[in-house]
Amino acid sequence: MRGSIGKIRVDWVSIILYLILVFVGWVNIYSSTVTENHSSIFDFSTIYGKQFFFIIISLCAAGFIFIVNTKAFERFAAIYYFTALLLLSGLFVFGKTIAGATSWYNLGFFNFQPSELAKIATAIALAKYLSDIQTDIKNNLHAAIAFGILLIPALLVIPQPDPGSALVFFALSFVLFREGFSLKLFWGVFAAILLFMAVLKWGVIWSIGGLVLGGGLGFMLKPKRIKWSWTKLSFGLLAGVLFATSVNYVFNEVFEQRHRDRFSLWLDLETDPEILEKINRSIGYNTYQSTEAIRAGGFFGKGFLEGTRTKGDFVPEQHSDYIFSTLGEEWGFLGTTVVVLLFTTLLLRLLFLSERQSNSFNRIFGYGVVSILSIHYIINIGMVLGLLPTIGIPLPYLSYGGSGMLGFTLLLFIFLKLDGNRLKEWD
Amino acid sequence: MRKLLLFSVVIIAAISFIIKLGSLQISGTNPEAFKSDPAINAQTIYPSRGYIYDRNDALLVANQAAYDLMVVPREVHLKDTLAFCQLLNINRETFINQIERAKRYSPRLPSVMVSKLSKETYAAFQEKMRKYEGFYIQKQNLRDYKTAAAANVLGYISEVNPWEVKNNPEYNAGELIGKTGVEKQYESIIRGEKGVQYLQKDRFNRIIGPYKNGAHDKTPKAGTNIQITLDKELQEYGEKLLENKRGAIVAIQPNSGEILALITGPSFDPSLLVGRNRSRNYTNLYYDSIAKPTWDRSLLAQPSPGSPFKLINGLVALQEGVLNPLETVYCNNGYFVGKDKKGCHCGGGSRNLYTAISESCNAYFVAVFKKIFQKYPNSDAGLEAWVSHMKSFGLGDYLGTDLPTGAPGRIPGVPFYDAYYGDNKWGPTYFISNAIGQGEVATTPIQLANMTAAIANRGFYFRPHILRKIDNKPFKDSVYNKPVFTSISKEHFEPIIDAMQKVYESGTAKHLKVKGLTMAGKTGTGENYTRINGERKQLTDHSIFVGFSPVEKPEIAISVYVEHGYYGSRYAGYIATLMMEKYLKGNISNKSLENKILESSLEKEYAKPLSGKPFKINEYAW
Repeated sequence: MRGSIGKIRVDWVSIILYLILVFVGWVNIYSSTVTENHSSIFDFSTIYGKQFFFIIISLCAAGFIFIVNTKAFERFAAIYYFTALLLLSGLFVFGKTIAGATSWYNLGFFNFQPSELAKIATAIALAKYLSDIQTDIKNNLHAAIAFGILLIPALLVIPQPDPGSALVFFALSFVLFREGFSLKLFWGVFAAILLFMAVLKWGVIWSIGGLVLGGGLGFMLKPKRIKWSWTKLSFGLLAGVLFATSVNYVFNEVFEQRHRDRFSLWLDLETDPEILEKINRSIGYNTYQSTEAIRAGGFFGKGFLEGTRTKGDFVPEQHSDYIFSTLGEEWGFLGTTVVVLLFTTLLLRLLFLSERQSNSFNRIFGYGVVSILSIHYIINIGMVLGLLPTIGIPLPYLSYGGSGMLGFTLLLFIFLKLDGNRLKEWD
Repeated sequence: MRKLLLFSVVIIAAISFIIKLGSLQISGTNPEAFKSDPAINAQTIYPSRGYIYDRNDALLVANQAAYDLMVVPREVHLKDTLAFCQLLNINRETFINQIERAKRYSPRLPSVMVSKLSKETYAAFQEKMRKYEGFYIQKQNLRDYKTAAAANVLGYISEVNPWEVKNNPEYNAGELIGKTGVEKQYESIIRGEKGVQYLQKDRFNRIIGPYKNGAHDKTPKAGTNIQITLDKELQEYGEKLLENKRGAIVAIQPNSGEILALITGPSFDPSLLVGRNRSRNYTNLYYDSIAKPTWDRSLLAQPSPGSPFKLINGLVALQEGVLNPLETVYCNNGYFVGKDKKGCHCGGGSRNLYTAISESCNAYFVAVFKKIFQKYPNSDAGLEAWVSHMKSFGLGDYLGTDLPTGAPGRIPGVPFYDAYYGDNKWGPTYFISNAIGQGEVATTPIQLANMTAAIANRGFYFRPHILRKIDNKPFKDSVYNKPVFTSISKEHFEPIIDAMQKVYESGTAKHLKVKGLTMAGKTGTGENYTRINGERKQLTDHSIFVGFSPVEKPEIAISVYVEHGYYGSRYAGYIATLMMEKYLKGNISNKSLENKILESSLEKEYAKPLSGKPFKINEYAW
């Protein structure tokens, strides 16, 4: 499956997966937003008409990428990055507020969300910095700079507030771990998240008990050849205990009520049925409606345009963040599974492509692309299925949105362009 | 290891997603789910209720549509309010008030804007309705009564109560059900079958169209029309006669058991229980605890039958072979029970069966009653024989009519007196008043009418019923179409019927004789008591009459009971005679009889015990 556009070799597998996902997305956006008076799909006053237009623009942009000199991405990384930071900062002054978040520029005909482009710029900047021959990730200063590159845009989007995008920037840290950054931090954060959830779910005593028991068992059962330092083990346990005891304070004093409600819902903490009902009706409403819509789809789905909950507009934001529920209702288990497999295939394919890059900039950028796409895909579908707490973040290629469509397309095609060029570095 | 980190994350995510999707979409679904889908609104389409006709196909109950103008405030974009108001015949203030009220209730849900539009307004509005977004017409089915009579027979419909909803799964809250009368009894026939339409809603509860183009919808089936046995004219006439009186009239066709008229007084116009004022009117009727218009006296009142009871005591004596019709008894203007002398109205003298009935002699029937008991070795056996004869006339138990209410009346038997006086501590003299229909016996007016029909038929009756035809096909039910035989042989009826004819010719009802019709009857005057401030007090006698006509081939048997009407030959006799003539001839030959009844009122009599002052009973003037 390798062909070429002109002189450029290109990975058709990824392109076909991309096109299928975009098509599936548009079909479901059409179904979610079509009204009685069927307008033409070119009617730009309709959501699906606009999305069609965005898809065309994105495809043009993808074509344009293939004309641009490959080196342009690497060479001007700093310019992209600082432009992106500028655009993000500009939101504090010129931003337009939609649904409570000041994340858009009003360009008249369309609202532009700079964080989508900032994700690409940050991925490029990170790749550029880490691939620099002078950068050593084991060096604490260099590692801190690398973290800084993704931290700055994250800090800029948090106050918008756009926690979803911030999470995406943090997700770029996968790249750091791949490039040799100590995994201890990863496991540490991972363990902290698990402990946090455990304390909320089962209380401090049980969690600490579990922690100590786990540590003890681990120590006794560990193979002889692995040497554990007593000091490190006891230090880890102590940190765990301290962390566990502080969880309730953080949860009750630092978190706001809406955050607490989301956790209550997610971890099934609330026992009072009245309060639970209230949470289900307010903060849990979207998740409840989306899971019910997906459930209603059954194995084969209700069929195109037959989704009653979709047509009834029961799931809020169904054409954007909750597009997966439309798919679930109308195309059933078959449709949802196919889309999950399409995403998995695309992500693994991109991982595979990244790993075979000889040029470290290409590889690191590829990793960035996969990180960004994965976090969107996992958080979004996890949220729609009620597996993860609600975080507003679009599903790449499927969700409605011009900036997103353009951003994710550029992200993919820049990498495919780099991949296509990998054997002709001298061009 | 580092290379596998992101790889494992993607794989783990895919596996968790597919497991969760499987649990939602494979194990968590069912095909009937659309019925509980909040996006699908099951709208019930109500069938039109069956019409009710009388025996001559005169329409009694039809349906009327009432049209309510509904408004959904947020959809209203009215440009010319004035034209709209003119079209609806309302003024601007009303318009603004109603819109405001609707908005307060819900801007998205429909509220009533104008209830019960007139047909003209409805027609005018419907033409222009599409111009007015946010307004629509909702149709309501109401009953339309074509008669002001028979409220007790026809019954009424109203919303089901929670108990009915719980016990009848086919009803939902807010639906209509027959509550009394024919509407209740034949609910399942006349209600029809509900239809259902599944509509697609959006999350604001707005209907956006039919679900799957109506693939799951069900069309309603209209209710079946029925014909009932009432004669509309006779019923209306009877109710007119009973105005300003309390009591009951029951007319039965002896050779079929069909109820020709079932009248209770006071009654009310059934239209009162339809429409906007239904609730207020019902409260007024229901809480009238003095006149009790909602209490159907024809089925539920259980007064002493009075002298008509002598007829069957005579029949029992004849059947038991203890009575020779020509044998005489001397009446001393009364009779003795022990040392107490009880009175008799008959005028005294030597009485045989014929004159005893025509003049209603108490002494004679007391003697006859004793004779019945003397035939048996002991009082228990005598009473048991007597009770079984009585019960064969449909007395002393529920008659089993096809009307939803009824009362058993009372024919006291051995257990009753054993309980009252003690085992073996009583004899026939203890209840000798039963000989003349006083004492412990009690009958409902319909039982008396049925008894009269049995006499008219010379020995059998058909269980009285109200349903005649279903959808123009005769109502066939062995409970009602098979004769029930009394325990009296046919030949014993002739002397009794001859005597009843004498009642009209020379007896207590001779002033009521109708030219050209042979009539048989029996007057009755029922003593009755009430308690006023805890003290037992006698009130003016009830006026009672039973009769049938023509004697040879009876077409109508009737019983009339007028509370505190005094002599049976007065109110009850008049009314019964007028009713029979009306039914058989269609008009009244003796207008003075009719006028007398139409003009007289018993309200003064009914006011007496409530006045709190001493009062006289059984006053001569009427």
